[in-house]
Amino acid sequence: MKTLEEILSHHPFFKDLKSDYISFLAGCGINKVFQPGELLGHEGEKADYFYIIREGKIAIQIFPPGGNAITVQTIGKNDIVGWSWLFPPYQWHFDIKAIETTQTIALDGQCLRNKCEEDHDLGYILMKKFSQIMVRRLHATRMQMLDIYKETVDR
Amino acid sequence: MDKMTRFKINIKELEKLFSHFQDDGYTIVGPMIKDQAIVYDELNSINDLPIGWTDEQGPGIYRLKKREDKALFGYNVGPHSWKKYLFPSRRKLWEAKRNEEGITFKTESTEAKKLVFLGIRSCEIEAIFIQDKVFLEGQFVDPYYKNQRDNTLMITVNCTQAGPTCFCQSMNTGPETKRGFDLSLTEIINEKEHYFVVEVGSEKGQAYLNNIETTPCETAEMNAAREGINNAREQMKQGLGIDTTDINKMLYRNMESPQWDKVADRCLSCANCTLVCPTCFCSDTEDITDLTGDHTERWKSWDSCFNQDHSHVHGGAVRDSTKSRYRQWMTHKLGSWIDQFGSSGCVGCGRCVTWCPVGIDIREEVAALRLKDESEEDK
Amino acid sequence: MSVNILQPEMYRIMSKKREAENSFTFELQSLEQKPVKFSPGQFNMLYAFGIGEVPISFSGDPTIQNSIVHTIKAVGKVTQALSRMEEGELMGVRGPFGNSWPITKLRNKDLIIIAGGIGLAPLRPLIYYLLHHRKEFGKISILYGARDPLDLIFYDELETWSKEFDDQVMITVDFADESWSGHVGVVTNLISEIPFSLKDSVALLCGPELMLRFTIRELLQKNIAMKDIYLSMERNMKCAIGHCGRCQYVQNFLCKDGPVFSYSRVEPFFNKKEV
Repeated sequence: MKTLEEILSHHPFFKDLKSDYISFLAGCGINKVFQPGELLGHEGEKADYFYIIREGKIAIQIFPPGGNAITVQTIGKNDIVGWSWLFPPYQWHFDIKAIETTQTIALDGQCLRNKCEEDHDLGYILMKKFSQIMVRRLHATRMQMLDIYKETVDR
Repeated sequence: MDKMTRFKINIKELEKLFSHFQDDGYTIVGPMIKDQAIVYDELNSINDLPIGWTDEQGPGIYRLKKREDKALFGYNVGPHSWKKYLFPSRRKLWEAKRNEEGITFKTESTEAKKLVFLGIRSCEIEAIFIQDKVFLEGQFVDPYYKNQRDNTLMITVNCTQAGPTCFCQSMNTGPETKRGFDLSLTEIINEKEHYFVVEVGSEKGQAYLNNIETTPCETAEMNAAREGINNAREQMKQGLGIDTTDINKMLYRNMESPQWDKVADRCLSCANCTLVCPTCFCSDTEDITDLTGDHTERWKSWDSCFNQDHSHVHGGAVRDSTKSRYRQWMTHKLGSWIDQFGSSGCVGCGRCVTWCPVGIDIREEVAALRLKDESEEDK
Repeated sequence: MSVNILQPEMYRIMSKKREAENSFTFELQSLEQKPVKFSPGQFNMLYAFGIGEVPISFSGDPTIQNSIVHTIKAVGKVTQALSRMEEGELMGVRGPFGNSWPITKLRNKDLIIIAGGIGLAPLRPLIYYLLHHRKEFGKISILYGARDPLDLIFYDELETWSKEFDDQVMITVDFADESWSGHVGVVTNLISEIPFSLKDSVALLCGPELMLRFTIRELLQKNIAMKDIYLSMERNMKCAIGHCGRCQYVQNFLCKDGPVFSYSRVEPFFNKKEV
């Protein structure tokens, strides 16, 4: 049975962090499993956690009035969900729902935020890493938005 | 020049040659004056040639001018090229009929008319060889092109003068015709005499020559021919040519050069250059039906990479801007053609320069690109 | 060389199946019932009487020779006319033309097949080939992206393939509502879920050119060599025999040098505009 420290130090996102930072992060984290249909985050509510997906699949969703939920994107194994804990007002902008049984490591954003204020080195490292996720997600979202498979019927 | 293969004939003998061709069922096509230009059309006799005429050409300029002598071939090339006959601008490929029993096709006959091309210049015979590579030497042979090619006698003429838009010398395609002819003529004309030095290129050519009066060439006559051809060569050396060193790599490297924007500002995308170019081979196929919808024909026609439809994929044209189309034409003609067919697509005939309504000169464009390319490399 | 390569041969539609709202798979048989041999990746020019022709890849099993299969998406005048045809009607066929997926270069390699939209159709003959010769190849992963769940083609086969390829068929869509419990997002998101190492793998791609561009970028970032990425390209096509010049992509004629290219061959121009 792997410890949180072991898991984090092997994760592609964290593996180059120095060991005391890893320990600190592990200290802020817990294992959490979500069943299909359970929410990891609710639109408008406080975003105190972010999640490392170890197994399973989650959907980023939005509910239009009177309609069914629209899934904007799904996120799977080894990916990271949640960056709203970094920026005020620290609220989820979408619903984050598990579609399959999903094993995660939930990391306490508030705890990390405080530590980053004290230790700017850690803050800088985490900012760089989260920016990378955001940029990657932004590019993927832009590609998705292009609607490249749409039928462009001849003029 | 080997003395043994050169003969001297005069105009009378040339006229005889002409009628022998006609007697054998050949239609002679060659230069004649029409619509104030020297074009290729059916000739009934030697007298239909532009005797005593020459042309004055420059970027976007073409004028006929009277000569002081009565030379038969004293001009350079006009807007037509021999592709007019080997690869006609419109040709039906097949027709089909639909009824209750099904669909039946009728292929258009590949029978070709017996033609004599009279007055082919070196740049033009080289252009024909270039089109041969496209239509005869790939996996699929165009049977219409092949049959016409096989049924055409080639009578070439060596140029003894070059115009300002001629640059076959820098493209290594002239001014002397080196291959592909049944007979090759060099016209010698001065105050004292007017005759033709003839070189035999094939058995067919020899056979026709045997039926007219010829005398073997004297040294002086062969020298006159050589000097005439050299004169054309020297005239071109004074003018602009194209530096073809590694030109394909240079063009690929400079696809995003600002020079393309400059030329695009002037280019009208009118497709004149592709229409007059003797090597351009792009075509379109059109399916047309009658009102019942049960009879249809497929036609093949000349097309141009300057047309919007040429690069159409669903959603639009890949090459939407004039700049991209000009770049495609020039990069293909001078560059990618080499990778496709082993030689340049350009024979230096200068037609694209003469017939461009805004006078874009492909030689200047290459020089401009190279200049920008070199200044980039020095950085 | 007969004139006939310029003239379509009529084939009868033996069956028609709707794959997605505007995509149909046709099984065709020549009126003389003569066998057709083709390699995965090749295409035919399909002809709608009196209207015109379009290049459409073979989308069927290359071991079946007494009929041919094509999947058509109705996006233009000719494809719309072809899509409206029914069983028993006649469709014109000219071909086969073009080159094929480089099967000899794939033996013993791990393969990543990435398809977008209708792009799965030109890859299907290759997938069938891999299924018939499973032992000659390494691990295989198929990533398939489409617009929405209704846009997916060959849907029932995707499940069968998943079983054959050890659950390595992953599907994603750009847009979905709650009724879809699969992946949502661009097909490149699935690359990191491939369970085997991408080192020394070969990728085979087919789909809209934009999708090819960002997928290739992602594969290169994951250190797959340019020479190990193959794509099927599309340009205007009329004669399909290298004579009309319209399918040119720089020095390549798509009808004879393509439509399948290794990325290293087209890389110098692929990201340039209007080429």
